[in-house]
Amino acid sequence: MDSLRVLLVDDEQGMRMGMLRALRGFTVHVPSVDADVDFIVDEADTGEAALEKIQEAAPDILLLDLKLPGMSGIEVLEQIAAEHVDTLTIMITAYATIEIAVRATKSGAYDFLAKPFTPTELRSVIRKAAEHRAVTYQARRLAEEKRQVRFQFISVLGHELKAPLNAVEGYLNVLQDGVAPDTPAMQGEILDRCRARIEFMRKMIADLLDMTRIESGQKKRELAQVDLAAVAKQTIETAAPAAAERTITVRLHCDTPVQMVADRGEIEIVLNNLVSNAVKYNRDAGTVDISLKKQGDEVIIVVADTGIGLSKEEAAKLFSDFVRIKNEKTRGIFGSGLGLSIVKKIAELYDGAATVDSTPDEGSTFTVVLHESELDEEPKSSSSPASPAGSS
Amino acid sequence: MSTKGTTILLVDDDEDFIFQQKVQLEAAGFGVVTAPGRKEALELLTSTRPDLAVLDLMMEDVDAGFTLCYELKKMYPDLPVILVTGVTSETGLEFDAATDEERSWVKADVLLDKPIRFEQLAREINRLLGS
Repeated sequence: MDSLRVLLVDDEQGMRMGMLRALRGFTVHVPSVDADVDFIVDEADTGEAALEKIQEAAPDILLLDLKLPGMSGIEVLEQIAAEHVDTLTIMITAYATIEIAVRATKSGAYDFLAKPFTPTELRSVIRKAAEHRAVTYQARRLAEEKRQVRFQFISVLGHELKAPLNAVEGYLNVLQDGVAPDTPAMQGEILDRCRARIEFMRKMIADLLDMTRIESGQKKRELAQVDLAAVAKQTIETAAPAAAERTITVRLHCDTPVQMVADRGEIEIVLNNLVSNAVKYNRDAGTVDISLKKQGDEVIIVVADTGIGLSKEEAAKLFSDFVRIKNEKTRGIFGSGLGLSIVKKIAELYDGAATVDSTPDEGSTFTVVLHESELDEEPKSSSSPASPAGSS
Repeated sequence: MSTKGTTILLVDDDEDFIFQQKVQLEAAGFGVVTAPGRKEALELLTSTRPDLAVLDLMMEDVDAGFTLCYELKKMYPDLPVILVTGVTSETGLEFDAATDEERSWVKADVLLDKPIRFEQLAREINRLLGS
């Protein structure tokens, strides 16, 4: 149960007593944020006393009588508006004139309650204010959470980018201090290692850019008919050197042509990331099987490897940002920890999903289901403006 | 000091770190044996008794270095151990092995923060080996 603090400001003790009674044990259920709210009620008999309490700790809701001895309700309201106090003010008025109402509204009064009022009327005004507060607080909480996630992301990213820099710097130190055996083989190995770390960093930055582009939605997606088998063949060519090095066979299974309306670049990223993982985490002389299938408007991409596999716990967190499974089997394999997170995000763009099914030491099978995008605008590549999209 | 016949055990899953420190330690005349993880290190220790060990804290598990450190000290109570961590820079978590009380639970003789330069490591090694 969340509690909201209410401050009642009225110079008549009888009024304050009545309001306290009406709010005793009163709770409000706010369906939009699924929360129950109760109230901690405090009171003040003058504007000056109220301001003192407000400056100490701003109440969530302020019930403020317009007519007060000394400082008037309007003056209190104007003062707290000038101080940007975060509270929701309900003005209590016996003889509201338009002029007063305008002045109060200008100073940020949220609502009005006309004297005399019944306990039910009071509770109804409070209910409305409480709902407003609950929704505002919820929105703030969500914004804060989002901010925290972003900070965390940047912090992890910083460390991930620092690691290859540290490695290269270490090698430079070794070279500069002249401690390494001065043989061509040793010098060559150090340079190769530096190059590999730089290559890794470049890949990581490329993944990061892919991800930002997908998440920001800023890049215009270029939707057109894409031949998935053609993309897959290109992917296999890209992965060929790494696969050949460890005599891994990469095969494509695609009986009928699989075409879909999609952004070709996105499909390339999905296939490249899945296949390069399947090679990286495979055993020597293993196989990678890519199958493409179309069922209705669903396109199913399956990439199966014969590699190290994953435990259930590892599989559960695999598709999150910067998750790299660290164990004896993955030692010495480099990756940004972003590849599968990107695959998942792209799948979501196609109202689809990315999943993994795996047995440790036997292999993993990644399945990506995509739904064909609507071709609601003419594809950019279309050279004849008169022909309707997709008619060819 | 004479480093001849002095064997240093390096345990880290970061192959760059292993490579760099090994080259430099060997240039300084030390014998170096290396292991990429806790299990391999324990295996190595059945046949080799190093004169000093340099362990990384976070390997396959976040605290693999602690565990290994504890196991090493149980096998060879006099073996000086340097624990190298990236923990402070990665998590903001801070701990030290400066006082007896800290050493009693950390078990290592010296904690060094990554990234470290070789001179720093060499200084600590020479100090622990009493030269």
